[in-house]
Amino acid sequence: MYTQGLDQKGEAVSGASETPEQLAAFQARIDAEEKIEAKDWMPEAYRRTLIRQISQHAHSEIIGMQPEGNWLTRAPSLKRKAILLAKVQDEAGHGLYLYGAAETLGVSRDQMVADLLAGRAKYSSIFNYPTLTWADIGAIGWLVDGAAIMNQIPLCRCSYGPYARAMIRICKEESFHQRQGFEIMLTLCRGSEEQQAMAQDALNRFWWPSLMMFGPNDANSKHSAQSMKWKIKRFSNDELRQKFIDVTVPQAEFLGLEVPDDRLYFNEESGHYEHSDIDWQEFFDVIAGNGPCNKQRMAKRRRAHDDGAWVREAARAYAAKRAARDVA
Amino acid sequence: MTKQEWPLYEVFIRSKSGLSHRHAGSVHAADDEMALTNARDTYTRRNEGVSIWVVRSDRIIASDPAEASAFFEPAEDKIYRHPTFYDIPDDVENL
Repeated sequence: MYTQGLDQKGEAVSGASETPEQLAAFQARIDAEEKIEAKDWMPEAYRRTLIRQISQHAHSEIIGMQPEGNWLTRAPSLKRKAILLAKVQDEAGHGLYLYGAAETLGVSRDQMVADLLAGRAKYSSIFNYPTLTWADIGAIGWLVDGAAIMNQIPLCRCSYGPYARAMIRICKEESFHQRQGFEIMLTLCRGSEEQQAMAQDALNRFWWPSLMMFGPNDANSKHSAQSMKWKIKRFSNDELRQKFIDVTVPQAEFLGLEVPDDRLYFNEESGHYEHSDIDWQEFFDVIAGNGPCNKQRMAKRRRAHDDGAWVREAARAYAAKRAARDVA
Repeated sequence: MTKQEWPLYEVFIRSKSGLSHRHAGSVHAADDEMALTNARDTYTRRNEGVSIWVVRSDRIIASDPAEASAFFEPAEDKIYRHPTFYDIPDDVENL
């Protein structure tokens, strides 16, 4: 899963001591496609932007375990259960790779977790939608992970080395996620009428939120230009969204499902699909904390953190005891 | 809160015999043993490795990127260390 560039408010950054020469030398490295590594000099704004983006991305992976975790005990077969367990475990792993990448920028893991739990940090809007039926697990793998892949592949070439390397690892694993989701959809679509209806219903509910995953329209995405210049971002939100629609619509047709957009059509001239406007009010409502599951997701994350406190403390105490014994 | 955080370990993985260990990323763990198992669970879920090294991040001694040009300078002007430095006529073979 992935990052949406959610709260890119132009926060005041103390770059007062940065000289024009330093900034120019940094931009020259970026323009030459050199990777920036953890201990290299970088503008404070570049560091801030990356910390925000990578930590949001990490939080999205962790919160993203919840909608799917919801179906672990109710997967329709042992095979599906084992697959879903592996996928949810991957999401945890992706969160850990990303927290690790963000830590190289000088922010602690505890600080990032505290920011999430306090509601200061955001995560992708898509995880605030409920998973009502088993078909939703298929739709998430197919659409949500599909959108994530679209967004994440260019991030493998991000100018910041540790982030780019984490993304390469993630993208390798993400393909399994999307394929298992599509296979769930395919199985349902080849099943009974009821199962087909279930698949259609999942597509109906997840189509628009999936398109929103790419973030606001380019015209309303203020900080994109700077991120592009720094080569953190390689394609605009709308470009990636269009790519996703172009590859996904034929997949829906293969499944025999109807994309819930009566104005969707293939423009022969441009070679792209045209679609209706996105309901941005819904997007901003979900981001603001008023989606169907925001409160539930955060409450569960806080509870998990609190419930795990004794384990973290016990492990620390045990390590301290053994260290003391080794000295003695 | 920060004080209580488990220490950070860097993880190095040998993907198969015959290759060197390579940096994979990092994990937090309360002790060395947990660092190994956390590294296994985080970085080798698909048989990516046959051997793992973990080392506390604060134990690594690293060169300073800001000093890189001075630090590596002694190697830079010794171009005669490279085979391309030597002019050998084209008709000399196996050299």
